[in-house]
Amino acid sequence: MRDLYETQRAMRNVRKAAMQRGVIAILDVGTSKIACLVLRFDGPGRMPQVDGIGALAGQSQFRVIGAATTRSRGVRFGEIDAMQETERAIRTAVQAAQKMAEVRVDHVIACFSGANPRSYGLDGAVDVAAGVVTEGDIGRVLASCEVPDFGHDRDVLHAHPVNFALDHRSGMADPRGQVGNRLATDLHLLTVDATAIRNIFFCIKRCDLELAGLASSAYTAGFSTLVEDEQELGAACVDMGGGSTGLSIFWKKHMIYSDAVRMGGDHVTGDISMGLQVPMQVAERIKTFYGGVVATGMDDREKIEIGGDTGDWERDRRTVSRAELIGIMRPRIEEILEEVRARLDAAGFEHLPSQQIVLTGGGSQIPGLDGLAAKILGQQVRLGRPLRVQGLPQAATGPAFSGAVGCALFAAHPQDEWWDFDIPADTYPARSLKRAVKWFKDNW
Amino acid sequence: MRTMTAPPRPRTRPVRDPAPSKWGYRWQRWMLTPGVRTGLRVGVPALIVALAVAGWASNDANREMIVAQYAQAKAAIQHRPEFMVTGLAISGADEELADVVTELVQVVFPVSSFDLDLEAMRKKVAEMPAVRDVYVRVGDGGALEIGITPRVPVALWRTADGLRLIDADGVFAGDVAQRAERRDLPLIAGEGAEDDLTEALALFRTAAPVAERVRGLVRIGERRWDMVLDRGQRIMLPTDRPTVALDRVMQMEATQDLLARDVAMVDMRNPGRPTVRLQHDAVAATRNASGTGANN
Repeated sequence: MRDLYETQRAMRNVRKAAMQRGVIAILDVGTSKIACLVLRFDGPGRMPQVDGIGALAGQSQFRVIGAATTRSRGVRFGEIDAMQETERAIRTAVQAAQKMAEVRVDHVIACFSGANPRSYGLDGAVDVAAGVVTEGDIGRVLASCEVPDFGHDRDVLHAHPVNFALDHRSGMADPRGQVGNRLATDLHLLTVDATAIRNIFFCIKRCDLELAGLASSAYTAGFSTLVEDEQELGAACVDMGGGSTGLSIFWKKHMIYSDAVRMGGDHVTGDISMGLQVPMQVAERIKTFYGGVVATGMDDREKIEIGGDTGDWERDRRTVSRAELIGIMRPRIEEILEEVRARLDAAGFEHLPSQQIVLTGGGSQIPGLDGLAAKILGQQVRLGRPLRVQGLPQAATGPAFSGAVGCALFAAHPQDEWWDFDIPADTYPARSLKRAVKWFKDNW
Repeated sequence: MRTMTAPPRPRTRPVRDPAPSKWGYRWQRWMLTPGVRTGLRVGVPALIVALAVAGWASNDANREMIVAQYAQAKAAIQHRPEFMVTGLAISGADEELADVVTELVQVVFPVSSFDLDLEAMRKKVAEMPAVRDVYVRVGDGGALEIGITPRVPVALWRTADGLRLIDADGVFAGDVAQRAERRDLPLIAGEGAEDDLTEALALFRTAAPVAERVRGLVRIGERRWDMVLDRGQRIMLPTDRPTVALDRVMQMEATQDLLARDVAMVDMRNPGRPTVRLQHDAVAATRNASGTGANN
């Protein structure tokens, strides 16, 4: 735990250094595409600052000066599968974005969707010593949380304190300075496979970049697509990506649950490829041009030329009707959505005051998906697109970029995490001498 | 509504997948580094210009051409009529001194004022004994003005090297070949004579009644004066208040024609007891006269 604490703190420091320099890159490592945004921070003050969330939802302080996407290579289920290939893809995206931005980027914040995310709800409580809650008390109460044994091969990606309770009052966002005796907290912990994190670390290091932060793309997608009320009252964001479908539940402006279904758009393409006996590229093309989930009478008459690619172009000219295509796609999409439904049920989503579900990600662009999702997930379903941020090119405003845009917002306004608070002082002395010696060794 | 006609045949060629090589990527990042960009935008053109200039200047003929053109331009400006000096105007000096000064500065007119070293010229003129102070400047109308304040000699000083003129400050002011050249000036002699010139001049003024007989003053032992008259007469003056003593001698001269008599020396060194020494012949004559008187 402490190693992770140090790592995350180091990343926060790198992020601060990058903000100081003014330029930071956002990297969305996905299964079907790798997107890179270059952000420039002009600092606050260009827009009049107001109390609360500020102009443009507080996003006026940065603008996107470079954006590039490239076909992803070597990524499966949102995890890095072939390191060299992924490294090349990251280089391609970063180079193109740098070229557009005309500035060199050294710090990067990455988000990814896979690696089996798992949520844990922790709680802890301490007695407030001084009668008034201080920053140190918050550090202590966070440290007092009982950390479950999630296995040595898993790492903590997010640890958000979602709720504070002081004596009998609960639901506090910020208890500092309040009078009370017993402080309790609820902590949402998101763990992922350690190897996935290590691979991303390594890939980014090989590209001469420095990692300034890591985020789950389900979390960042929710950050960018859910409007403020939805985040406050309770909503789920379903990020339908290429290799995995991320799921995050927000309540009271905090992510309280996150999970991922290891199925996505690539599986739909695979089904089409197998069902129609066409190459994957053709299947992908057919899916994006003619795909759908609700067949109508007219779809029976619309013939799609799929081509045999056998070399005998005169004889081998197969066609399918659009209804057949929909017949192949729909079961898989239903399967994905049912899986999502199961995860939501497991998380107790029906107990939230509002049960808004927002579909986003590249997979949510299938025509008629909202109708199908409403049947499976419930009536309150909408399609979501990411928040508009300054300077974002038109091509990068689609739902496929909600993860990347959310990561940009995450870079500008990270929510408090466990490692943003100091470790309680009483755990220091045991290792302080060792730390001092290590510091000397490292620096001399 | 979608068209019923067949869409263009889908392409199934393998997707081209260009990715930058590791070194290409690094190269691009290096070129995007702000310092490198500035260096390329400013440094490279500057370097090219510097190299071109250096290459051109490495040829001796080119460098010489530059030097020659520079010199020519400089001369063209310096020899404009505004800067030319055409004449010499010496003020404050008599003709004789002016001739000497003209010979000394040795300027061939017309000359550019940039070529004149006024300071050296001034030093050279100021070093002349007859010149007390001098200024040298290029004045109106292209004239080189030399203003001289000459030393005014007040006495002649006889030394072992010859006769010299000295002014009121006791400073050497020129040479004289013969005493006859400057009969108007009194003569002094002796070691340290020039140090007490004021007193000497006062003594000469006191001796005005016998001025035509005065040959000069001799400084004795750097302490006191002897006034020498013709016929070998000498008035020895005391160290203190020699003027008063000389005045007494003048009184005696006026009342008793002391100096017209056959005295060799009037010793006033002890003011309370003036002493007169007779000429050798006069002693004998006196003796004879008294002898005669005794015989009578």
